[in-house]
Amino acid sequence: MGKSKEFNTKLKKVLFGLNFVDGLLYKLVIYTLLISFSYIYLYPLLYMITNSFMGSSDLINDGVKWIPTHIELTNYKQAWVVLDIKKSFISTFWYVLKVSVLSTASTALIGYGFAKFEFPLKKLLFVLMLITFILPTQVTMSSNILIIRKLGLVSTQGAMIYPALLGQGLNAAIFILIFYQFFKTLPTVLSESAEIDGANEMKIFTKIALPLAIPSIVIVFLFSFVWYWNETYITGLFTGDATTLPLKLLSFKASYAELFPPGSSGAALNEGVVLAGNMLVILPLLIIYFIGQKNFTESIDRTGITGE
Amino acid sequence: MKKIKEVFRNILSKIAIFYQGKISPILNKIGYKLTHNIIIHVSHSEVVFFSKFKMKMTRKRRSAFYGFLFISLWLIGYLIFSLYPVIHSLFLSLTRAFYNIQTGIQTEYIGFVNYLNIFRSQTLLPLYINYFVKMLISVPILIVFSMIIAMLINQPIKGKGIWRTIFFLPVVISSGPIISELMAQGATSLPSFTDNQILDYLSNNVGSWLANPIESLLNSLLFVLWYAGVPILVFLASLQKIDKSVYEASSIDGASPWDNFWKITLPSIKPFIIVNIIYIVVSMSLFAETGGILDLAKVHMISGTQDSKMWFGYGYSAAMTWIYFFLMVIVIGIFAGLLSIKKKER
Repeated sequence: MGKSKEFNTKLKKVLFGLNFVDGLLYKLVIYTLLISFSYIYLYPLLYMITNSFMGSSDLINDGVKWIPTHIELTNYKQAWVVLDIKKSFISTFWYVLKVSVLSTASTALIGYGFAKFEFPLKKLLFVLMLITFILPTQVTMSSNILIIRKLGLVSTQGAMIYPALLGQGLNAAIFILIFYQFFKTLPTVLSESAEIDGANEMKIFTKIALPLAIPSIVIVFLFSFVWYWNETYITGLFTGDATTLPLKLLSFKASYAELFPPGSSGAALNEGVVLAGNMLVILPLLIIYFIGQKNFTESIDRTGITGE
Repeated sequence: MKKIKEVFRNILSKIAIFYQGKISPILNKIGYKLTHNIIIHVSHSEVVFFSKFKMKMTRKRRSAFYGFLFISLWLIGYLIFSLYPVIHSLFLSLTRAFYNIQTGIQTEYIGFVNYLNIFRSQTLLPLYINYFVKMLISVPILIVFSMIIAMLINQPIKGKGIWRTIFFLPVVISSGPIISELMAQGATSLPSFTDNQILDYLSNNVGSWLANPIESLLNSLLFVLWYAGVPILVFLASLQKIDKSVYEASSIDGASPWDNFWKITLPSIKPFIIVNIIYIVVSMSLFAETGGILDLAKVHMISGTQDSKMWFGYGYSAAMTWIYFFLMVIVIGIFAGLLSIKKKER
């Protein structure tokens, strides 16, 4: 009788732990939840990876679903040539880096202005900012193009760079909102004590607010990098020439037919090649995030300690 | 792997040093020049315009001055790039407007006829109602889902980096041209969800009236979850800001994890719930699915001509998107209102 009771308490300790959070049951629930949720997002990626390594015979074969019979590297070679990775990767990377850095910097300034200062018409301006975000771009597109043309920015990168610099870039309003909420949570005591020590507002912003807001800066930079990288509609309209990698991906079939005319070897374009091209386009983003996220979380931890 | 990390850290620290040494002084100088020049000279107690006119500097005026200084970039950009398109589209929605190659857009003022026509339309009104119901259902699901995921990957689990990268995937994939490619090949819906034996069983035994809604719910649920990437990351960042010692203190006082969630976690991530609601509503609404409202608006805009009986041109499509816009504002307003009610109860 006593033994079974002891066993019961031990079992309880292993299953539920001392504080429930460190028990086996809790861990089991967490990992099952994570694995099942991540399957939703991993499925397309796995599909892309496996299919991009398949030859055309494997793609047609119904029996081959996940593991290709032999690994076909020509898919990647062809996609590499069609997308002209060497040249277009560097140009795309520089363009996206420029625009996203500018967008991050300007939205940080604006978000700080909205969060820390009281001025007349503030609420109205804030609402106007949100309206520009909520209003579908399709309806403002025609007059937007007119403005860009009048400024003489059509078919140059300036059409994307100047709006980004002036806080009107892609999804800039959501960045301003993120910065706004982050700066709002900063204690006012910090800026007040700096003010007493004789720092002007600009100094307070660069020396105190910005270093504390590193997590939000990283998050906004990552988002704007990914969004500018992936944006094809506006980039295609404004900058005109197919310079960025995702734009090239859109015209993949046409440029493939140009490089491998019908009748030549490897002329048949299959899904494998297209998916290999897709993989090559999103791979840089995943690598950047995987390296960046470690730093991103660490800086947040540090902020948590120094923030209060 | 460790070497890569080290290299990356080195680069970052170099950037930080460069920022502290080079960029930060330049920014300070620019800020100083903005407040100390010929036109305007700001000292702590007074402002001097053109070194002649003096004005007392109160705390209120100071704050207003610096506030406008900080958002001046946005103000200029707004006046140049965003104000005219908004007003122009609002004006277009009150007119009969068609595109003409010679003269550009031809307009003829007709008042609110476009809006009335939309309310009379048999095809459009159900679309708006569908959209509204879909938003009301899916926004809470998404918020709760992304909050759960963010809290899960904030736990001390093994392989944090890998998990976080996995939940970053939807941001990368769903914003690019890749999503359409994957959708065309049917990779975004799970086969185990669509060919489900239970659904067959249900429709055979209970009837399709129950099975069809469940099936459509499951299908759209999966699609909806693709929007969760950004909210997860925003929640994660806000969760990381909470000081760990607060949890320790509360658990010493005998609070359960359940109490911790309601009393500590939720209040501190509340400001970001509204950010996420706005993001989700806008991004879900702006995805132009075929046969949706935005798609129809585009067709009206492009194929509308003077004598067309099917497509009514720029003005009609502008009115359509403005109604769409007001619906979005209402949806956001409903959820923002719900959040603020909860706050008052406490």
